[in-house]
Amino acid sequence: MSTNEWPLWEVFIRSKQGLNHKHVGSLRAPDATLALENARDVYTRRSEGISIWVVESAHIHATDIDDVASFFEPSDTKIYRHPTFYEVPDGVKHM
Amino acid sequence: MTQAEQEIRFQEKIDREIKIEPNDWMPDEYRQTLIRQISQHAHSEVVGMLPEGNWITRAPNLRRKAVLLAKVQDEAGHGLYLYSAVETLGTSREQTIDDLHSGKAKYSSIFNYPALTWADIGTIGWLVDGAAIMNQVALCRTSYGPYARAMVKICKEESFHQRQGYESLTKLCNGTPQQKAMAQDAMNRFWWPALMMFGPSDADSTHSDQSIKWKIKRFTNDELRQNFVDATVAQAEILGLTIPDPNLKWNEARGHYDFSEINWDEFWQVVKGNGPCNKERLAARVKAKEEGAWVREAASAFAKKRDMKKSA
Repeated sequence: MSTNEWPLWEVFIRSKQGLNHKHVGSLRAPDATLALENARDVYTRRSEGISIWVVESAHIHATDIDDVASFFEPSDTKIYRHPTFYEVPDGVKHM
Repeated sequence: MTQAEQEIRFQEKIDREIKIEPNDWMPDEYRQTLIRQISQHAHSEVVGMLPEGNWITRAPNLRRKAVLLAKVQDEAGHGLYLYSAVETLGTSREQTIDDLHSGKAKYSSIFNYPALTWADIGTIGWLVDGAAIMNQVALCRTSYGPYARAMVKICKEESFHQRQGYESLTKLCNGTPQQKAMAQDAMNRFWWPALMMFGPSDADSTHSDQSIKWKIKRFTNDELRQNFVDATVAQAEILGLTIPDPNLKWNEARGHYDFSEINWDEFWQVVKGNGPCNKERLAARVKAKEEGAWVREAASAFAKKRDMKKSA
């Protein structure tokens, strides 16, 4: 049996209260308990975190790289969603 | 899109400083170059633990021992960041490690030199980590995203590695004549191997041009080596140590230090496996993997058993 059979885990760390968990890297471990302990040893040796999530990489679903242009097209074509699209007379304040 | 069109688009992305991510199209040679370079880098971190690990039980006091332990633990972490980065290129972790053990993959030749005295540990921190940092800072802007991110993390952590080594040497250099002599002896043995860490000279470097074009590398081996020499001379003067090179001299016109030609025969001998410790280092890695096999198997068996209980 080899380490190859250990699943790959993605590691997310919350660095302090008020911030969201952020992806920091990955590691291999036989189960969630060891994945968390390894993540602590590998990614938080200098007080980088107060909370860790680990997720088996196989459980992550991602956008298709070849489909990026059409997938995100709706958000690229609607410039009126940005405040800078609108003209406001000079002198208007607090807007 | 044809292969040629994809290659043009790829190069345009590189030229516009857009990072390449794992699922992006990339030329096969770009992928192979990265696999070779990042895995070599990972192996260097891991093999680099051996000469220092050997001194943990013999550190002269508890402070130095705790520091050395922390440094060696960092190197293990750095190896892991890099093995993860290699894996994003579609290789298997196990195969990458087996390639080291079979001798197919290389690691930095510096770790094939022995750490004979306590002064060697300080010198390794100062010169070897110093040279590594010079190289790694440049790699923080490499074009492959996962490699660049690993490098940023590594650079943040490594600055203490160089400083603790230098601090340790300041104590020896301000100590007894014997301690000072021990530091000079370490310097004499590590100076040239440290300069060799930057790899063959640009004229003899097979991969350099393409790597620069793809922005895998931002500086050539010789440029980084020169920067390292320029930065290190003054540090040696403060320690009162003599750099073992009679031709080392400031060149006003170039704005750099001149230094002697490296003994490239020695460099290639060590790369080819004939350095003082090549066999010992590889044997130690193979032994660690083999003797740790039961731990990995037990962990897998335990995980499986618990899963079965849960589903029962």
